[in-house]
Amino acid sequence: MSGQHPEPTRSVTSSELLSVVASRELAGRRTVFAGIGLPTLAVELAALTVAPGIEVVYESGVCGAHPSHLPETIADAVLITGAEAVVSMPTLFGSVLQGGHIDVGFLGAAQIDRWGDLNTSVIGDWDRPTVRLPGSGGAVEVMANAREVFVVMRRHTPRSLVGVLDFCTTPGPERALADGIRPLGVGVTRVVTELGVLAREGVGDELRLVAVHPGVTVEQVRAATGWELETADTVVTTAPPTPAELRLLRDDVDPGRVYLR
Amino acid sequence: MERTAGKVVSLREAVARFVHDGDTVSLEGFTHLIPTAAGHEIIRQGRRGLTVVRMTADIVVDQMLAAGCVTRLVSSFVGNSSAGSLGELRRRIERADPEPLAFEEYSHYGMVCRYLAGAQRLPFHPLRSYGGSDLPSVNPGIRKVTSPYPGPDGQDPEQIYVVPPVNPDVTFVHAQRADRRGNTQIWGLTGVQAEAVYAADRAVVVVEELVADEVIRSDPNRTLIPAHAVDAVVVCPRGAHPSFAQGYYDRDNAFYRAWSAISADPVRLREWLEEWVYGTADHAEYVAKLGEEYWAGLAVGEALSEPVDYGRRL
Repeated sequence: MSGQHPEPTRSVTSSELLSVVASRELAGRRTVFAGIGLPTLAVELAALTVAPGIEVVYESGVCGAHPSHLPETIADAVLITGAEAVVSMPTLFGSVLQGGHIDVGFLGAAQIDRWGDLNTSVIGDWDRPTVRLPGSGGAVEVMANAREVFVVMRRHTPRSLVGVLDFCTTPGPERALADGIRPLGVGVTRVVTELGVLAREGVGDELRLVAVHPGVTVEQVRAATGWELETADTVVTTAPPTPAELRLLRDDVDPGRVYLR
Repeated sequence: MERTAGKVVSLREAVARFVHDGDTVSLEGFTHLIPTAAGHEIIRQGRRGLTVVRMTADIVVDQMLAAGCVTRLVSSFVGNSSAGSLGELRRRIERADPEPLAFEEYSHYGMVCRYLAGAQRLPFHPLRSYGGSDLPSVNPGIRKVTSPYPGPDGQDPEQIYVVPPVNPDVTFVHAQRADRRGNTQIWGLTGVQAEAVYAADRAVVVVEELVADEVIRSDPNRTLIPAHAVDAVVVCPRGAHPSFAQGYYDRDNAFYRAWSAISADPVRLREWLEEWVYGTADHAEYVAKLGEEYWAGLAVGEALSEPVDYGRRL
């Protein structure tokens, strides 16, 4: 894939920053379960930088895709042509995911709480919601079965990072254990937002601020978070995307600007 | 049940024979091979009070809702792919406008397990999901049981959630090709179509092409749905639009994007239905109305598989 060269001085967009930060977190991971959008960019960039040989499993059942063009959906025909395998839904969710073959699952959500529990069902009451959201999809399965989960939140506000979810569609391991169910993985370990990076090491931990993006202060992040956000002993400033990362992202991964805006 | 001759029928006949008011109807196809033409024919024939079962309730479900066909929806994803919202679905659920919609929410694997239990005539199917979720509190179909076996390493028996079987009155799937008896071949994304067919009392396969028996028998592993599970075969080229049929035509991404605006306005949505569904006698008219120039934009090039050698005894 090739494309026009970007202006070297062009400023870094929020999509680019989120993709680069998420890609760096994929160092050392082998198998990723991802949807389309920023996760696609993060995984494709990681494959060219910190995680060569990383395999993406798409929610549509495609494993080892070699797309000729950047896919527009998880079911884009270009993902299937030339792929290493396409499996059925029972195999994908039953054997691949529940069978424990996924290192990292990528999820998004309308709301996330301090434990990494997610809401993708409703804003407001279940019976008469203010906003009906798309629902679980495979998120419940990804959280329960992937070894760890990364969440990308384009918006970081007290309405998206909330004290109490309006509805818990996708529970983290603390809630599962309280319900008598042992999950396979440790739940959310990274949340990459427009302001910084939150991290959580394992069961029983809550999300803590570990990094702020260039130009963002710790106080700004805390004010934009709907709970009393704890901070790591040292909060680092995210290293800005390198020229090499930006060149790969803009020229090789998404030259047609399908997701980069 | 007639499983032999005379299975090849028109979509009009298939819907007239197999879909009745109040039925539970499954339409499957995970973003690929969505049985849109079947949904449109159900709209044309004015069915009412249906329970629709579909993992990814998307544009065709929004259209069936707007046409007043559906009172209950069972699904794990209710959105217009990554292109936006389903306007009618949101109005029905958020404001009971113009009437309420009963909605049973599952996760994707929960839906898969419901089809598996249905296909295998099991009382339930277990899965390692839902622990700590609010979904069981709003969906009494999702229940927790204790395993009758000791847990790993001799621990207490595990608790696990289960989902009930689903046995639709009829399942519609779209596929690339079948023979006259209903042996159905699908390639690309195969989703949950085979399980949805086996779970149903009756099954209708809608295909791009009817092919000779010899074509099917040249590659039996590609037959995902054998003839014994199929009650009717409908030939309906381009019947999965705006979704795609691998190797036949591409996904109409522009239409997916356009749908969010069309469905956001109930008047515009109903005008769309008047023009494109009620205003066309059948899917062939819908295809012709779009025009060859339009279809040229969705054309795909060739990418043949290497043939496999099944061998034969000498």
